[in-house]
Amino acid sequence: MRFNIFKPLLLLVVMLTCLTQTVFALDAPHLKGRINDYAGMLSPAAVQALEQKLAAFERETTNQVVLLTVPSLEGDVIESFAIRVAEAWKIGQKDKSNGVILILAKKERKIRIEVGTGLQGVLPDITAGQIIRNVIAPGLRAGNPDQAVSAGLGAIIDATKGEFKATAADKKVAKKKKGSGSGLFIILLLAGLVITAVAGSSSRTAGVLAGGVSLPVAAGIGLGAVLWKLGILALLGGAAGLLISLLMRLFNASGGSGGGHGGGWGGPTIFYGGGGGGSSSSDDSFSGGGGDFDGGGSSDDW
Amino acid sequence: MKRISIYLLGLLLISTLSGCGYNTMQANEEAVIAAWGNVESSYQRRNDLIPNLVEVVKGYAKHEADTLKAVTEARAKVGSMQLSKEVINDPAALTKFQQNQGELSSALSRLMVVAEKYPDLKANQNFLDLQKQLEGTENRINVARERYNKTVQLFNTSIRTFPNSMTNSMLLHLKRKEPFKAEEGAKVAPKVKF
Repeated sequence: MRFNIFKPLLLLVVMLTCLTQTVFALDAPHLKGRINDYAGMLSPAAVQALEQKLAAFERETTNQVVLLTVPSLEGDVIESFAIRVAEAWKIGQKDKSNGVILILAKKERKIRIEVGTGLQGVLPDITAGQIIRNVIAPGLRAGNPDQAVSAGLGAIIDATKGEFKATAADKKVAKKKKGSGSGLFIILLLAGLVITAVAGSSSRTAGVLAGGVSLPVAAGIGLGAVLWKLGILALLGGAAGLLISLLMRLFNASGGSGGGHGGGWGGPTIFYGGGGGGSSSSDDSFSGGGGDFDGGGSSDDW
Repeated sequence: MKRISIYLLGLLLISTLSGCGYNTMQANEEAVIAAWGNVESSYQRRNDLIPNLVEVVKGYAKHEADTLKAVTEARAKVGSMQLSKEVINDPAALTKFQQNQGELSSALSRLMVVAEKYPDLKANQNFLDLQKQLEGTENRINVARERYNKTVQLFNTSIRTFPNSMTNSMLLHLKRKEPFKAEEGAKVAPKVKF
């Protein structure tokens, strides 16, 4: 009997060791944003400034440039670590492969610039090597990481500036993606919906009023809409409120609070959807666009 | 009536085929071919760099005729290989390819070690640039090889697992493909140190 209990336990132990054995190389860390300072080499002010600079650069050119610093490579080679990071993060747009990753390993004092296939024409290995050798390494050696990284990223930006231009369509997407206010707008919109639905189920006028007020308020606070537009939104909201009221009555008449809710939610999207716009991503989260890397770039010590 | 049933049978056969991995295996083989293309082009890129490199080194290190000759010969040997898509279906050809390229790799790294002795050469901008390009190319070769091996593994698995294995043995007759074997020190990106 006892034997039977130990057998599965033994198996479990064996399986667990198998599990740990598969993890042998340093994993690509989580992509936090454009500046991933895991080694804590930069000052908070520099992180923020660079984050904004790189975001602006992407809006302008669609090129994605990111920084990763790690405390240690843990025995790994920077080239193979870099390509794993590149494969995991997929920096750069899918159709352009215009991503660049600057990687610093603090303990090993290694620098690498990993260049996406779409930018190797303007940022060939030679140029990447020169940026490392002449711009980044001296600054790091002098003990000024803020300046070194900033100048290095600046040099990467200068080199890759001319290759792609953000088209109107790109900008639209970027705007939609950006919209830090759009998250707030949606929350306010939902609150407005609930209020309108509640008011609308008691009387039609109350519904119209609630709708007419809540939409412009939501848009004004959430999106910072221009004043003259608020009037139109008020009319629109009023119309939506009327519709919601009618729907609420219909559903209330047929009974079931769940049904009433469904009507309130389903109806107005037709109206609100147009004014709402961006609802694609929650807020300013950054992610790679699916860019391809082939191991091109350069690495060196500092 | 008979006609219709034949059509239906045909339709059924086609739909079961895709279920049995017919398309998957084809797609996986295409992926292997594409990955092989990248392997070849990255090796070619290295081949194209060598004449310039030899030329620059020659200017400074006249006494290293043997090392230079070894590089040139290894390159010629690689160039003389008749490469076609068939290499990926022929383990012997792949082994030979790998062997020749390996010889060129070691001849090149010897050359870079020799260059160490010549300070003027090391200071030459042209040489530094070529060195960077060579490093980048070696890294590309590594990446391309690794990716090739991944696609090969996927392909090999897909033709061996059930039910694909049956579809393959009856219809496609695709053969197992050979991955690159790790060379000594191949895990580490060949790095020319100065």
